[in-house]
This record gives sequence, structure tokens and C-alpha cells, in this order.
Amino acid sequence: MPIRLAAAFSAFILLVGPASAHDFKIGQIEIKHPWSRPTPPSAPVAGGYMKLTNTGIEADRLVEVVSPIAERAEIHRSVVENGIASMRPTEGLAVDPGATVDFEAEKLHVMFIKPKSQLKDGEKFPATLVFEKAGRVEIEFMVQARAAKPAAKDHSSHSGSK
Amino acid sequence: MSGLKIFRIVTWVAIAAAAGIWIGFGGIFPGTARVQKPVAIDTAAIGGPFELTSHKGETVDNARLAGKPYLVFFGFTHCPDICPTTLFELTDLMAKLGPAADRLTPLFITVDPERDTPEVLAEYMTAFDERILALRGSLAETDATVKAFAAYYRKAPTDGGGYTMDHTAGVILMEAEGRFAGTLDMHEPREAVLAKLKRLAGA
Repeated sequence: MPIRLAAAFSAFILLVGPASAHDFKIGQIEIKHPWSRPTPPSAPVAGGYMKLTNTGIEADRLVEVVSPIAERAEIHRSVVENGIASMRPTEGLAVDPGATVDFEAEKLHVMFIKPKSQLKDGEKFPATLVFEKAGRVEIEFMVQARAAKPAAKDHSSHSGSK
Repeated sequence: MSGLKIFRIVTWVAIAAAAGIWIGFGGIFPGTARVQKPVAIDTAAIGGPFELTSHKGETVDNARLAGKPYLVFFGFTHCPDICPTTLFELTDLMAKLGPAADRLTPLFITVDPERDTPEVLAEYMTAFDERILALRGSLAETDATVKAFAAYYRKAPTDGGGYTMDHTAGVILMEAEGRFAGTLDMHEPREAVLAKLKRLAGA
């Protein structure tokens, strides 16, 4: 009886765990909860966010993001300095061993340029991330009105981008 | 009020008073003088005359806005992060304010009138609270408006031949009489932001 219960319990964990977490993995890179905000109609751009963790011992880089929903995608960093907001593309994004790159905390976003349709709350869309070492991984962005998190703190000590 | 609480308050008041005296006398003793930073913005200069057209096709200028407090946010639609987030948050805040929100006019002023055509703005704004007005002008009118709010914008070319815009990030608060009433930073705690808007709306 206890064994059966344990089996049922682990089956339950298997069922519930991955579905609610919305995470992906390729090699030593974990991709947590890629999400995007709904866009206003005719918005020429959309932003995407996620957390990348390198569980390995070798540094890696996110070098490309592609998605069929947009003409192209770039990785940008927003900077607010002296009250002025500016946005600059980053040439690849380093994910150092043991480090987590939290897009929101580090003011990073994937910029989807010329989305083919308006992104609506509750939808999902596919994208491919290309890492220098880990290779390509197919992921899904969830479109949601608000981030499912408390206010982002600045984890600048974890900064992995260059 | 408990004795402990009173004691705490008295202590803090004493500390504050001591700090005030220290700061006040700071400049008198040689070597302790602090460098006086100039005030960054001449607040009286914020809110000069401007004239733009709303996404509903109406002319909006400072005279038309008089009598009602308003909010000014500079942005552009080719902005995936700060601009839509601010507009969604303003939408949310307007809903939370309830009837008091009717006393406020939030303005989203594009700093990219070349790409933000009246048609683009009209469609874009359907996603947000209908009381938020998107304003647009010619390059000269945009320049004049940005100056009127002591704000900043600049076209920043990108590699692919395109460009992005650098712009003042905060939301500028203006009183009904056209006086500058501070700024909103969307990273402040929500209650603080809401309290500022309530005060501005006179609620």
C-alpha cells in the first residue's frame, strides 16, 4: 500500500510539475517561464522575458532568437539613466556557469520586431533559442497581462551579459 | 497609543531634529561645507505652452488642459518594454482610482511622430484606458512640447539602418493650474503611485 501511494504521488508530481512551471532545458541551460505582454493593436514590436540558468561549468551565450510570429528578434537592454530611457541591442548574451540571467531584473528583453499578429492574453507562441554551445531549443512564450512575480529586484551581481 | 510607540516616535523626532541641525550647520564649519548641487530642474519652467493633436483628432494645448490635472508621458510605439508597460499600468491605475480618475487626463506624447502616424496611434490606443490621450505633432511641435516639459528625446540610430528613441522615462504630473506637481516612477510601490495620483486628483 505505501508503495502504491508513493507511486501515485510521484505520478502526480510528474503531471503537475512541468505543466505549471513552464520551463525548458537544453544541455546545461535551463530556460524558465518565457513570457510576453499582450500587445496593443498595430504595435510594431513586442517584448519577451525569461530566466536563463547555466547549471554547467562552461560559459555559454544566447546568440539568436527566432520566432515565426515576428519578422525578426533581437535582444535588447533598457537603460534608465538620469531619468532618460534608452534601449540598446546586445550582441549575444553570456550565461556564465552557475549564473542566472533574469531578463526582467536585468532590464533585458527579447524584442520581437513586426509581430505578424496582435499578442493576446492567454495565448502561447513558439520561438527558437540558439546557444553557442548548448545549441538550439524550441520554446514557447506565454502571453500574459502581468508578470507572475513580485516586483523584480536588481540582481546585478548575477549579471551575465556582455 | 502605547508608551513604547510614543517613545519610538519621540526618539525618531529627536534624531531627525539632530540630523537637521547637523545639516544646517554643515556649511558653517570650515571643511564641512557640502557642495551645493544646483537644482536639476527649474520646476516653474515645466508646463510651458504647447499644441498637439490627439489620436481622436482634437487639438490639445495647455489652454485646453487648464482646469484639470494631467499626466504627461513621452514615448513611442516602437518601444517594446517601458512604453506599453507604463500605458498598461496607467490603465490599471485609472481603474483602481475609480471615479476620481475622471478628474485626470493622462497624455501619451509620441517622440517619434514620423513612425507614429495618427492611424497607428488611433489603433494602438484602443488597448488602453480610453481617457488616456495619445498626442502627436510635427517634429517642430514635438520639439517645442518636449522643451515645454523640460524633458528630453533623441533619435538613436541602430545597426540595421533603423532607429530607436531615447526619451524621458518618468510620468510628469501637472496640477489643474498648470503647475508641476512631481513625477511618477512606475518602479515605486504601487500604493505610493496610487497615493500620488489620488492627491493630484484631489481625492
